Amino acid sequence: MPTDDNTPSTPDIAASTAENENVAEAAPGSGVPAIAFDEKAKKSWFSRLPIVSHLRQSVGLQRGMLITGLVLCGIVLICAIFAPLIAPYGYNQLGTAEGNFGSKLPPGGSHIWGTTVGGYDVFSRVVWGAQTAVAVIIVAVIMSIFAGVILGLISGYLGGWLDRILVVIADAVYAFPTLLLALVMSIAISGGQSSAWGGIAAAAFSITVVFIPQYFRVVRAETLRLKAEPFVESAIVLGASKTRIISKHIFRNATRTLPLIFTLNSSEAILTLAGLGFLGFGIEPTSASEWGYDLNKALPDVTSGVWWTSVFPGLAIVLTVLGITLVGESMNDLNDPRLRVRRKAKTKSGGAGAKTATKAEATA
Amino acid sequence: MTADISEPGAEAAETSVAVKKPSGGGLGRYVLIRFLLIIPTIFILTTLVFFLMRITGDPITAALGGRLTQSQLAERIHAAGYDRPILIQYFEYMGNLLKGDFGTAVSDGQPVTSILLSYGTATIELVFYALIVAFILGIPLGMLAAYHRDKAPDAALRILAILGYATPVFFAGMILKLIFGVFLPILPVAGRGTTQTEYIMSGVVAPTRFYIIDAIRIGNFEVLGDVLAHAVLPAIALGVLTAGVFLRLVRTNLIGTLGQQYIDSGRSRGISEYRLVTKHAYRPALIPIITVMGMQIALMLAGAVLTETTFEWKGLGFKLAEYLTARDFVAVQGIVVFLAVIVAFTNFLVDVIAAFIDPRVRY
Amino acid sequence: MSRKTQHTTASAAGSILDIDGLDVTFSTDGGDVHAVKDVSLSVTPGEVLAIVGESGSGKTVTARSILGLLPETAQRSGAVIVSGKDVLSVSADQLRKMRGSDVSMVFQEPSTALNPVYTVGWQIAEGLRAHHRRASKAELKAKVVAAMRQVGIPDAESRYDYYPHQFSGGQKQRIVIAMALALGAELIVADEPTTALDVTVQAEILDLLRELRDETGTAIVLITHNMGVVADLADRVAVMYRGDLIEVSPVEQLFSEPKEQYTRDLLAAVPRLGSTVAGSRKAASAGEAGAVADRAGVAGRAGDADRAERDPIVVARDLDIVYPGGIGRPDFHAVKKVSFDIRAGEVYGLVGESGSGKTTIGRAIAGLTRASGGSLTVLGHEMVGFKERSFGKIRRRIGFVFQDPAASFNPHLTIGECIAEPFAIHKRDLSSADRSKRVLELLDSVQLPGAYASRYPHELSGGQRQRASLARGLALDPELLIADEPTSALDVSVQAKVLELFVELQNRFDFAALFISHDLAVVDMLSDRIGVLFHGELLEEGTGEKVLGAPSNDYTKRLIASLPVPDPAEQAKRRELARTLRPTAG
Repeated sequence: MPTDDNTPSTPDIAASTAENENVAEAAPGSGVPAIAFDEKAKKSWFSRLPIVSHLRQSVGLQRGMLITGLVLCGIVLICAIFAPLIAPYGYNQLGTAEGNFGSKLPPGGSHIWGTTVGGYDVFSRVVWGAQTAVAVIIVAVIMSIFAGVILGLISGYLGGWLDRILVVIADAVYAFPTLLLALVMSIAISGGQSSAWGGIAAAAFSITVVFIPQYFRVVRAETLRLKAEPFVESAIVLGASKTRIISKHIFRNATRTLPLIFTLNSSEAILTLAGLGFLGFGIEPTSASEWGYDLNKALPDVTSGVWWTSVFPGLAIVLTVLGITLVGESMNDLNDPRLRVRRKAKTKSGGAGAKTATKAEATA
Repeated sequence: MTADISEPGAEAAETSVAVKKPSGGGLGRYVLIRFLLIIPTIFILTTLVFFLMRITGDPITAALGGRLTQSQLAERIHAAGYDRPILIQYFEYMGNLLKGDFGTAVSDGQPVTSILLSYGTATIELVFYALIVAFILGIPLGMLAAYHRDKAPDAALRILAILGYATPVFFAGMILKLIFGVFLPILPVAGRGTTQTEYIMSGVVAPTRFYIIDAIRIGNFEVLGDVLAHAVLPAIALGVLTAGVFLRLVRTNLIGTLGQQYIDSGRSRGISEYRLVTKHAYRPALIPIITVMGMQIALMLAGAVLTETTFEWKGLGFKLAEYLTARDFVAVQGIVVFLAVIVAFTNFLVDVIAAFIDPRVRY
Repeated sequence: MSRKTQHTTASAAGSILDIDGLDVTFSTDGGDVHAVKDVSLSVTPGEVLAIVGESGSGKTVTARSILGLLPETAQRSGAVIVSGKDVLSVSADQLRKMRGSDVSMVFQEPSTALNPVYTVGWQIAEGLRAHHRRASKAELKAKVVAAMRQVGIPDAESRYDYYPHQFSGGQKQRIVIAMALALGAELIVADEPTTALDVTVQAEILDLLRELRDETGTAIVLITHNMGVVADLADRVAVMYRGDLIEVSPVEQLFSEPKEQYTRDLLAAVPRLGSTVAGSRKAASAGEAGAVADRAGVAGRAGDADRAERDPIVVARDLDIVYPGGIGRPDFHAVKKVSFDIRAGEVYGLVGESGSGKTTIGRAIAGLTRASGGSLTVLGHEMVGFKERSFGKIRRRIGFVFQDPAASFNPHLTIGECIAEPFAIHKRDLSSADRSKRVLELLDSVQLPGAYASRYPHELSGGQRQRASLARGLALDPELLIADEPTSALDVSVQAKVLELFVELQNRFDFAALFISHDLAVVDMLSDRIGVLFHGELLEEGTGEKVLGAPSNDYTKRLIASLPVPDPAEQAKRRELARTLRPTAG
């Protein structure tokens, strides 16, 4: 249904909003939830930060997934920030004072991951690529969060014609294949040509437009739900103004799930950026390094057995998306009490067992 | 709950023996309304694409800007009518679309409609193969993961699913090409068939252009085998991506329905865990799954564009990339709009199927 | 092995269920919770054992242990012997075979206990299929139809192929019971089987359970918090409190001479028709004790005399409220031609079952739902077609208390901030020092310690939150307070305290109140006058003595008779009365 408020790529978000009620289910018939939340509230603000609190909650496998994800994300961030220090050469460097690197050199020697068909150092391009990826994610996701959240809050709370029109547009754009929309956007922005930072800006902006409807839908759905909550109705009964209700009562509660969507969208942003690059709409190698573009250039190499030009940038994409997705999935699981794994109750070492045993003996 | 739900349709305080009358016609009305909703969707998309593509100027300059002189350009622009006010062009474009006319490509002078017809089938065929792979892998594995939730098989499957999602199709395609084209050359890595197959296919009378159907029609099993062999790698590359999404979808929704009370109710009557997962939880989970799967068609078409480029599969995606390189924005616009229309219709069909499965809508 | 034989002998001695030293611990975010502590119980064939307790007592956990339905995070010890086999130690496959054929369960919420996408016939047959692999289709259907007939589904043959949404709530519960019975289990665990139902429907389901017990000799473990239900159905009663088994007594003895103080308190807290809340005008007029009158104060009684002559502040005349339907959905007429007055300083009780429109009326008076026809005047302002701007000034004179204490506070604001919210909106000139002073006064008046101002809503219990909710509703000294089922989410002992507080505050501040509830007894305790709603129509209106003492309408009579009272002998009489009043169907 077009007006369905689920976010298809993240079907589990909606479920996680019923947190408070569901905790009770996990421990049937006990006054547990109240105690649990008491504990939570007494912790410092630091331990209540999204990822930190998730890390503390997690156990076993879920913790492993979260930590793996965080480590991968950390590596990408470090590469992005310290690219000039880590990469031995520049992203557009074709040679040193001693002459050009040469084309399609196999890994080894002064080029640990070899060189590309165009004569660039693969390792350096991959490291610099992290910078582009991170820049695009930050710009795109922040812009779309702002636009999407504001539109969603207003549209959801006020309703009426504005809401209907925005929903129809958002649904239409949402149904559109993201890559194609990004493609059309980048044609509109740069005419398909890419300059230095203009290329990054174009890519980021294209992705922004693609993601606005997603934030819009999620925030709007949450706003609609919250609007019917007694605490919002209570503010209405008191005669609070619309601005006050939206800013004080709805905003913080409606944006609870955003860290999660943020991670899911970041991974989609990287894939879209890579897709654009692969179709030749990326960023020219002279202005920045972009993994998807490098893969495009490496496509003909594959059949001739030159594997290093494609495998390394490809793996960079896979590991980055993997890292972000692992963080997002773990956060999602931990937010949703139905999906969260709990510790088993401490075995009262021997106590319980011994008791049963003695009973068995007694009855024997 | 003893709450008085102040909502239409709240349970009336009737005696427990009264039975509600089933009212018919719910589904028919739903289908009609859902169908009418396609119109604004398509309208908005075509409008959006039209204006976005025109922000930077006319298609002639974009495609031939460097190659022709100013006066030649102006002449071509005038002949194609691109110097008229944009709104007039817009209404003309929309009118032509209604007639099924997508315009004429600038670079090769071909009518876009005929490009869509001759290459669209290849894309649909690819998506179809990939869907088979995605269903075969995604749904049973998703059920398996939900059945063993939070145990080792679940963990392994989830990691695989995330990997499937995290790997861009073209990179997966390139790895497959590397393996099967270079290290273990047992499968073809490019095109829809060998040169000979393509030659035979071009000779088919009244072709459907679905190679698999045409091969069966002419009864040439060598060609059929060749066509299928060529489809294996692209279908896997695109299918695995989608399978990862399906797996996660099935797993999450199944775990959600497994928490419902009717599952406990079934368990309390001695129904086996296996049957609870595959039957009692699966069917209610299927409704949201199907709806979201419909949305994945958009993802798959985008994936098909990349897969086709990787495997030189001559479909709409392959042509799209070609026209993009040629900066032929009339053809690009036509293909994009066409794909958007397909997505809108698929979503409609999927919603109807979901509604049909749901007795609460069907009555 | 030896253990097993021992237990077989035990069950041969006459019990069908033996719980021996059951102990259950859950792991939660807040640490381990010891939900059930060393509980031992037994049930003989054909017996109805009620396990009663308030939330957190461990009664549901105990019930679920009987079927081995606890989550994996639960650590349990002890033994639960059903038909000679220990549920806690048998293999998974044996347990599966026991479920359904030896012991079965009826769930609380019939709408979630049935799978929405399968026909009810298929769902009942599933249990049979699980135990009789080779049964033919015709055989299964015959058995299912028989089970449906047994629970009183008319025309069972053709309803075999109906989906759950095609049945009413009471019928769904009948089908859930049919599912539990279809395999001939000799023990049924019924977890709050009537809590989700309206009282008139509850009476029918209780009748059904009793008939089934009498006909088939099935033993029932009845989990409930409702003492009236216990008095109606149980033979023996086990009282639980915070995981401990407090006492086990035959039902007559429990009600007549409870052994433990906790049980006595619990019984005293149960609202009954005709009972009063300490300090209320009703208690005073009943002349219960001079001390009560003293507490209520002279003002309360003086007000009582002229209360009937005061001016009405809410006037409804032929009030209509319609929820517009969507495309292809008809409009829903929630309230039809309702007329009533609420006078200044009076408590008007509105009672009705689900779908009666009582909440809708409350919301319309508060301006949350639009009235569509007739006339509704609130504090002199016409609510049909009202404009927010002109009504805004009147809002400060109206307070509202919501049903769900968990959801009625913004989770990100402290209780103090929530209570100060009315000042922030209507009295902006109030200095922050004055504001916190007022908040402390308000907290004090609802008997909450001032330190709670800095706590967050989730740190308070349900009863405390509902007190805070009252404080917020009264912050601006409103002339009218609308209380929408303010105590129905609370345990009875907590409810009693909140009701007492309500009466005290009403006496002190002399506001008019619209008290909405599904519970006749609660409404009767508090209200000066009562209105009975059914399907959007006001059937009857008047003082408590008139409406409940001498009802003129058939529905009111049935509603009153259906309300189970916490007294087994009295309840047996009422049961008969309710049965005669029920419209004959099926």
